[in-house]
Amino acid sequence: MSEFEPKIVAFFCNWCTFTAADLAGTSRLSYPPNLKIIRVMCSGMVDPKYVIKAFLNGADGVLIGGCWPGDCHYINGNLKARRRVALLTEVLKQYGIGEERFWLRWIAASEGTMLREVAVQMTAKLKELGPSPLKNMGQMAI
Amino acid sequence: MAEYAKLSFQKGGLNKELAAFFRGLLENGAVDGVLVPMAQNHKWVRLTLVTSASHTAGVDPFAPVAAVSGAKIASSLTSRPSGRTIAMVLRPCEIRAVVELAKLKQVNLDDVLLIGMDCLGRYENTDFVKFQEQGGTSEAFLENALAGKTSGPDFDIVGACKICEFPTAANADLSLCAIGGGNGAVFIEALTEKGGQTLEKSGMKPSEAPAGRNEAVKKLAAARLEARDKKFAEFRAEVNSFEALADKLAGCVNCYNCRVACPVCYCKECVFITDTFRHTGEQFMMWAEQSGMLKMPTDTMFYHLTRLTHMSLFCVGCGQCTSACPNGLDLMPLFRTCAEKTQARFDYQAGRSLEEEQPMAGFATDELIEVTGQVK
Repeated sequence: MSEFEPKIVAFFCNWCTFTAADLAGTSRLSYPPNLKIIRVMCSGMVDPKYVIKAFLNGADGVLIGGCWPGDCHYINGNLKARRRVALLTEVLKQYGIGEERFWLRWIAASEGTMLREVAVQMTAKLKELGPSPLKNMGQMAI
Repeated sequence: MAEYAKLSFQKGGLNKELAAFFRGLLENGAVDGVLVPMAQNHKWVRLTLVTSASHTAGVDPFAPVAAVSGAKIASSLTSRPSGRTIAMVLRPCEIRAVVELAKLKQVNLDDVLLIGMDCLGRYENTDFVKFQEQGGTSEAFLENALAGKTSGPDFDIVGACKICEFPTAANADLSLCAIGGGNGAVFIEALTEKGGQTLEKSGMKPSEAPAGRNEAVKKLAAARLEARDKKFAEFRAEVNSFEALADKLAGCVNCYNCRVACPVCYCKECVFITDTFRHTGEQFMMWAEQSGMLKMPTDTMFYHLTRLTHMSLFCVGCGQCTSACPNGLDLMPLFRTCAEKTQARFDYQAGRSLEEEQPMAGFATDELIEVTGQVK
């Protein structure tokens, strides 16, 4: 049997983390291809519904990438994102999706290597955890 | 500030004395209107907006029913205010919801005199009809409930009330106190300066505090807290996975009554009834093809998880969601157990204070470091 390859839905802010992913690419840093990157204007615009939907549709992990506190292009969108992530984590945790599957990370535009690090770490962590508990629910989750 | 006035009544005369009090408020101009539970012509007790002193005869504030949450009525009356003063007689859970709605600018408390009450619980609407048909009165209900018996022949107060640790009203100006008042008396307690002035204006004589009240309230709250923790533990043991949650919600038909009944589901237009969720036929076919079949209507789990995320921070545990479900799903423990966790995360308690900022209304640079675990 082939090794389990986790699916990670990654919401990256346009100004920092997505640019970091771009930098990782142009710097020829290789990282696991498990990330499905969705470019958003700000981590603060990631509606909790996007995350819930990703998990319900079988994502093994969700990663939100934003600017470091103080660096947000929209001044404080990332700080709002942080409160929302804390809230949603409390909800999902009760039914078996804990913070180990739902990450928020600050990755600045210059931190291509950190982006690679986070991708490696999260993929490894999810391989260790195995598939999302929602996966075998199939259509019942929709 | 704890001023009391004693309202003594003969057997069968509680509502008459309360009516006299409300009549007084209207007659002496303390308020322009009173929103109060009142017996309707044939059946039911409903919140009723009374503006004429001669129409107060049917008041029944302690009737064990809340057909809809009074917080929603308070919102209808004040979100575009009349500029006139209204006394609102509401249950403790309704007042807690009013506090949350006030922070969301969906209730305006400027010209409102909040009158709370001791709450011993409510019946489901259909059970209340039975209760009335069997000759039940609020006075008898109070007497029995204070002695620990809330059940009728084949019904009892709703599950939410059995595990509600807030039998008395906070954040009100006045409160109608039935607990610890002894037989044949309820007390009106002034909780704020505004309440005290109104009480004075009403011409009622100040009295001693009801002797056994503090003890009795503490005892009742403790018993309910114990029942709450037991219920929470049972529910958490049962619903500890998404599969168990799906089982729990299997009877849901996406009617969204729970959000309509919920006093703190604050969106003016719920996203689940917008075009966002009017999927195309092709979309449904794609989903079905993923597993070969698709339960309709879809988005059931999505809806409830979204609602948990939206309003669990403000959940006051009133149980209107359970009451509203046409398929008998007991949603209350789902929302209350989740609310306990989400509110604790932000050290917040729905309805505790008008001054506390709602968690999603603010942010700070140096907080929640553990979410990312990163320090620069």
